[in-house]
Amino acid sequence: MGTSFDTRAGADPSRVQALEEKVQELSKRLQEIEERTPEDRVAIVVFSGDLDRVLAAFIIATGAAAMGQQVSMFFTFWGLSVLKRGTEFSGKTLFQKMMAIMSPASSLSLPVSKMNYFGAGAKMLRAMMKEKNVSSLEDMIALARELGVRTIACEMSRDVMGIKQSELAEGLEPGGVATFLADSLKSRTSLFI
Amino acid sequence: MSQSFDKLLDARGLNCPMPLVNARKEVGKLDPGQVLKIIATDRGSIADFQGWAKIAKNVELVGQETESADGANVYVHYVKRTA
Repeated sequence: MGTSFDTRAGADPSRVQALEEKVQELSKRLQEIEERTPEDRVAIVVFSGDLDRVLAAFIIATGAAAMGQQVSMFFTFWGLSVLKRGTEFSGKTLFQKMMAIMSPASSLSLPVSKMNYFGAGAKMLRAMMKEKNVSSLEDMIALARELGVRTIACEMSRDVMGIKQSELAEGLEPGGVATFLADSLKSRTSLFI
Repeated sequence: MSQSFDKLLDARGLNCPMPLVNARKEVGKLDPGQVLKIIATDRGSIADFQGWAKIAKNVELVGQETESADGANVYVHYVKRTA
């Protein structure tokens, strides 16, 4: 047991200095590693505007938030329909108007990814969910807000598709790819839905 | 044996992820050391509560039971707030 700390090290200043440098180097490296360790975060890209897919995204988001994870949801392209509260036509180009006509006006008119049949499939799924007492998509969206899920709307796709800020719900954060990556790189789980 | 608890949450009839979400809200209202009893009919809640307790730092799953009543199963979870 005689090999504990070398109390005579003090007698050798160069050795003490070498040790101090080593400790400094190690704590610096530890700090770097800690900065790269994932946090209790989940990042989700909602690209799809299909009711079933979006539901899955919100179930994961609210479940993760309940488990104590900081959740970020990035809505882009078709996913932006989820955040819409209505359609406006004024001030849009011809293509943007056409896009507006053919896109859902809000989460209430999202199609399902399979067997949609002009919206009948979506209505059927909603009825079946209600029958089984599963929360509706709109309840889930409100719940996500309540649980502090960060909701980010992709600025670029919003602009391309001609969706005006006034067509989207309030309280959204505008953002881009780096906004997503900044959260995603610190997350344990990243999903693209 | 029956586990003691401080608060009861009835999550019967609710489906994923609501039993977990509501439990999380109720646990937040407890003091550290107190136990929440959750009654659910969602079979997935067994694994869900185990997963939650494994990941979350401030909760501990102190007991789980399956009770049968009128041919239907009821899943009971006891979650303790640890911090």
